[in-house]
Amino acid sequence: MAETVIPSRFGEFGGRYVPETLVPALDELTAAFGEAWEDSEFQAEFRGLLRDYVGRPTPLTEAPRLSEETGYLVSIKREDLNHTGAHKINNALGQVLLAKRMGKTRIIAETGAGQHGVATATICAKMGLKCVVYMGEEDTERQRLNVFRMKLLGAEVRPVSSGTKTLKDALNEAMRDWVTNVEDTHYVIGTAAGPHPYPFMVRQFHTVIGEETRAQYLERHGVLPDVGVACVGGGSNAIGFFHAFVPDESVRLYGVEAGGDGVATGRHAAPLSAGRPGVLHGSYSYLMQDDEGQILATASVSAGLDYPGVGAEHSYLKDIGRVTYLPAADEEVLEAFRWLSEKEGLIPAFESAHAFAVLRHGLWEPGTRVVVNLSGRGDKDMERASQILSL
Amino acid sequence: MKIQDQFAALRTKGEKGLVLFITAGDPSLEALPDIAEALQEAGADILEIGVPFTDPIADGPVIQASSQRALDRGVTPSQVMDTVGELSLDIPVVLMGYFNPAHRVGLSEYARLMAAAGVSGSIMCDLIPEEAGEWIEASTAAEVDTVFLAAPTSTLERQRVVCEVSTGFVYAVSRTGVTGVGAEVAQSTEGLVTSLRGFTDVPICVGFGISQPDHVRSVCEYADGAIIGSWLVDRLARDWEDAASRSALLREVKALKEATKG
Repeated sequence: MAETVIPSRFGEFGGRYVPETLVPALDELTAAFGEAWEDSEFQAEFRGLLRDYVGRPTPLTEAPRLSEETGYLVSIKREDLNHTGAHKINNALGQVLLAKRMGKTRIIAETGAGQHGVATATICAKMGLKCVVYMGEEDTERQRLNVFRMKLLGAEVRPVSSGTKTLKDALNEAMRDWVTNVEDTHYVIGTAAGPHPYPFMVRQFHTVIGEETRAQYLERHGVLPDVGVACVGGGSNAIGFFHAFVPDESVRLYGVEAGGDGVATGRHAAPLSAGRPGVLHGSYSYLMQDDEGQILATASVSAGLDYPGVGAEHSYLKDIGRVTYLPAADEEVLEAFRWLSEKEGLIPAFESAHAFAVLRHGLWEPGTRVVVNLSGRGDKDMERASQILSL
Repeated sequence: MKIQDQFAALRTKGEKGLVLFITAGDPSLEALPDIAEALQEAGADILEIGVPFTDPIADGPVIQASSQRALDRGVTPSQVMDTVGELSLDIPVVLMGYFNPAHRVGLSEYARLMAAAGVSGSIMCDLIPEEAGEWIEASTAAEVDTVFLAAPTSTLERQRVVCEVSTGFVYAVSRTGVTGVGAEVAQSTEGLVTSLRGFTDVPICVGFGISQPDHVRSVCEYADGAIIGSWLVDRLARDWEDAASRSALLREVKALKEATKG
C-alpha cells in the first residue's frame, strides 16, 4: 500500500500556527487521514456515498448561448447539482466519515454563506452525529434560509457576534470551541485554509471535481480545455477544480476573488489580488492586513467569499505563476448572476457568479475553450437578490 | 529586569511568582503606566502586557472583548511598544500576543523593538516550537526570552520540545480551552508541571482559569508562579477609573501576592 505523503507546506505557504493544545489533535488527524485515504474500504464508502447520496458525477453542461455572446466555447461544471446545492458536501462527507472512523462523537463547523454548514449538518444527520455550526451574525441575517435548513437538519446554529460578525469570526469561534472540546470533537473546516493538514485534506476530498471535469471534457471534445475558471474565497471549489489540470501546462487557470466595491476602494475580499502574506487561522498565506499586521474587514455581496485569507496552496500557485488570480466587483457579479440565469437557465450562487463575470472581461481569443466551475446554485440568495435587483 | 533574575530573587525570599496579565489599551493606553506601577506596588512579580489583535483565537470572551475595546480606541501594536518603552518598572515585562503583527513588522525588527522598549520576554499564543525557528533566532539575538506554552494535551515528546526552546519560564496551560476565569484549577495540572520539570530547569508558571488566592496557593505548591489574566482584565475595565473600586481591586491583588508566600 502506498503511503500518502501529506505536505505541511506548499512552497513557503501553509504550516501550523495554532495554540499548543491543538497540535496533538492535528497530528492525530494527519495520521488518520493518511491511513484512511489509502484504505480501500474508506475510499469505497466515500466514493459510494458521493455517487448514491450526493449524486456524483455531476454533469458537464455546454453553454451555447454564453458561447454565442462571448465568442468562446463555454462549458459549465455543474457542482450546483450536488445534494445540498454546492460542492461543499464532497469535503463535509469526507471529513465526517473520517471523524467517525476516529471515534469522534461531536462535529463542529464554521460557515459563511451557509452552504458548508448545511452540507455538514446534512451528513451529520445521516450519520447520527451531533453538529454545531458557527456563523457570523451578519451572515445569519443575509443567509436566513440556510440557517433554517441547518436547524431543520438537527444542527445547532450559534451566531457569532465578535469582530466583523462574518466568516472569519465564525472560524475564530469554531477554533476556540475545538481547543476546548478537542477530545471528543472534530472540526470540519469548510475551506482549503487552516492549519496543516486541512489545506491538503480538503483539497483531496474535492479533487473529484477536476478529475471528473477533465475526463468529461476529453471524452466529449477530444481535447483539453484552454481555460479553467473558478471563484476563490478560501478556495475549496477552485483547488478541487484546478488540481487535476495543474500538470496540464496548456490549460490556463483563473481564480476569481471577491472584488466587493472594487479593489481600489479597499472594500473587497481579494487577498491574492491586493494582500500580503501573513498568518491567520493557523496558516501562512496571502491576507488582507494593515501595516501593523491587524486583519482588515472585508466586503462582498457573497457571504461565502467574504473572507480576508485564502488557502495556502492558492498562494503558492499564484507565486509560481501557475494560476492567475483576479477580482470581480459586486456590480459585475450581479450582472453575471442575471446573465447566466437568463441565457442558460442556471441561477448561480453569488459566489459562483464571480467566475462567470470574468467571461465578459475579454481576456481570451475568440474560440477559446473555457470551462467554468459552477460551484453552487443560487436558491440561498433569492431573498437578497430580490432586494438588490429590480425586475 | 531579566526574568531569571526575578525568579532567583523570589527563591531567595522563599516566594513564588505572581504573574499578572493586562490588555494594553484597556481601559486606555494612557492609563497603562499608572496601572503597571500600581500592580507592581500591589505585588506583581512579572507583568504580561497583551498586544490587542483582531483575531485572538486562543482567548475567551473577557480578553476578546478587552482587545476589541482597545482596537476600537485605535490602539496599534506600535503605540503599545512606544508606551511600554516609557514604563519604568523594577519587574520584568513580557509581551503577549499573536504572531502576525510581529511577522508583518519583520521578526528581527520586532525583537529589536521589544528589547529597545525594555521588554524581557514574549509569548506568542499561536506559535508552536516547530514554526518558531526564525523567531527564536531573532529573540536570542535581541536577548529577549521566548516563553512557549505546554498544554494538558501535549505528549511527552512535545513537552520536551517546548521546554527545550522556552527561556524565562514555561507557561503550563491548566486546561484545554481558551483563556478565562474558572471555578478551580484542574488536578491534572500538577502532573503536567511535574512532568515538565523532567525536561527543564527553567521556572514553570501555571495559567488559564486562575482568579482567587486559593487557586494561587494551590498552584504555588508545585509551580514557580501563577498567572492571572481574565479576572484582572475584567476588573480593570470595570474598576480602574473609580478611586474607591480601584483601591479595592488593588487590595485583592495584594491578597493574591500573599498567597504566593506559602
